[in-house]
Amino acid sequence: MLVNQFLTQSIEKYPDKEALICSGWRYSYKDIGEKVKDFTNILLTKELEKSDRVVIYLENSLESVVAIFSILEAGGVFVVVNPQMKSKKMSYIINDSGAKILITDKVHLNQIDDVMGECKFLQDVFLVDYEDSLNVKNKTINLNPFNSVKDIIDKRNQVLNIVDEDLASIIYTSGSTGFPKGVTLTHLNMSSAADSIINYLENNSDDIIFNVLPLSFDYGLYQVLMAFKFGGTIVLEKSFIFPHHVLQRIKEENATGFPIVPAIANILLRLKDLSKYELPSLRYITNTAQKLPKKTIFSLIDAFPNVKIYSMYGLTECKRVSYLPPEKLKEKPDSVGQSMPNTEAFLVDDRGKRITKPNVIGELVVRGPNIMVGYWNKPEETAKVIKTGDDSKDRLLYSGDLFSMDSDGDLYFQGRKDDMIKTAGEKVSPKEIENVLYELDDIQEAAVFGVQDDILGQAIKAVVALRKDSTLTDKEIIGHCLKHLENFMVPKFVEIRGELPKTTTGKISKKELIDN
Amino acid sequence: MENNRGFDEQKIIDIISEFIRHNFLLGDKNKDLDANVSLYETRIVDSTGVLEIVDFLEEKFGIKIEDDELIPDNLDSIKKMSIFVQRKMGNAS
Repeated sequence: MLVNQFLTQSIEKYPDKEALICSGWRYSYKDIGEKVKDFTNILLTKELEKSDRVVIYLENSLESVVAIFSILEAGGVFVVVNPQMKSKKMSYIINDSGAKILITDKVHLNQIDDVMGECKFLQDVFLVDYEDSLNVKNKTINLNPFNSVKDIIDKRNQVLNIVDEDLASIIYTSGSTGFPKGVTLTHLNMSSAADSIINYLENNSDDIIFNVLPLSFDYGLYQVLMAFKFGGTIVLEKSFIFPHHVLQRIKEENATGFPIVPAIANILLRLKDLSKYELPSLRYITNTAQKLPKKTIFSLIDAFPNVKIYSMYGLTECKRVSYLPPEKLKEKPDSVGQSMPNTEAFLVDDRGKRITKPNVIGELVVRGPNIMVGYWNKPEETAKVIKTGDDSKDRLLYSGDLFSMDSDGDLYFQGRKDDMIKTAGEKVSPKEIENVLYELDDIQEAAVFGVQDDILGQAIKAVVALRKDSTLTDKEIIGHCLKHLENFMVPKFVEIRGELPKTTTGKISKKELIDN
Repeated sequence: MENNRGFDEQKIIDIISEFIRHNFLLGDKNKDLDANVSLYETRIVDSTGVLEIVDFLEEKFGIKIEDDELIPDNLDSIKKMSIFVQRKMGNAS
């Protein structure tokens, strides 16, 4: 099934049902369908061709949802980027993806205007709040209104045949080299993952999902895709800021599903009395991206005794791997359970041999129709994670995550093979932050790593050595990072030292910094 | 903690602005800090930042902020925070 058919199918089945609730507005499936039809035609008028990439740079909004489905309807590939992303990384992604079209708003366009001249392939920018007087630095780029008032010609019969093996999306994730990597996903990849998740969450058209996660994050994106697939309703919020407000909104909207990451759980649990919030409609809470601490799990169970809590695990490269059935949560709070339907997960040792004994640590390997095609334009990086199995037809994804498995086959996360940091549910490459730190002339040595944090799981710490006589302060260093990195990548702690410890080969010893 | 009567509206705005400038803008003196602008829509403050602000307001102004007061109407902008703080201090005295 094609991902855009999630919507067309629900328009047929439930035309007048509420599909999306966002910024105080409520849209039926028919409403969304009309808007998608119009914008699909606008994209086709711009001669969008099969598998052309289109970048969406917006806060969670009606327009971001309409854009995703319109791009797919027109045969294109959507790339949703974090609305907090700064200009340098944006130009990297626009160029790396080869996008001809960008969909954004005035505030975000202004944020990246300085790099517009560097976006080689970009031809058109669609603005959701377009004004005639606007212009951009790069004069070869046309600015267009997202909501065109002109007559729209129906060009949808021109769409080339798209099959489920065609690309649907590229999702950029932090790469260990310091540059983001584009995870390429076909319609089949996304549709298979959505089916498996809907299956174990037992979703049906009565479900109302309350989503505070950004659509640039696959976990947030799939809430919309899945809700449209099973004909439910998605309540789309811009972010999670005010815990009381969010809990009130869940109650008002009679939401049945609430996807969270540990940072959200930890903030909710900071409320003085969480149990006074009765949420009778809420059927389940899901957690992924990072392990929920045991204490947090038991506090959530106490606060919401009638809500099923799903501990899950996944990575963008295959969306989701495993989940723990909620009834096993009290017995195995540290586990993320077993592979989801239509996915196989097993552990291998250093030599790539399958581990059959229980409680032995190995790398998690995944097989299934949800595994990505590869990293966009990065065959070498792809070859490192996608390998053939014993049966040469098998494509196996090496997760880079270390796990153990108990005698029942339930999985326990043990750590990363590399030094990637997991903070507030995001995977962050220390190298990317170190590169930004080294842009400051006064910084001679920099090392970035994760430290234990009650709310974020891991907080980012940078230890730097400065040039002699430098007057640079920790606050100034953080200020520099804020200008160039998404907020969640900005180090919470910066420590300035005379010099950094070294290994015998003269490299900075992160191990020594972490251990002390 | 200072005497509640020592704070007029402008003083409260200044104190909160200083805290936000110091902790969230990190010495970026060029960045405008408009007391009426939403700190969350402009991404100056995130969800963990709200907790830091709440702790700061409680300690600095000697008020106690309840769960159901953690809403945008009270905390969205510096101006809204100052009105909220004044109301809380008024109730307390």
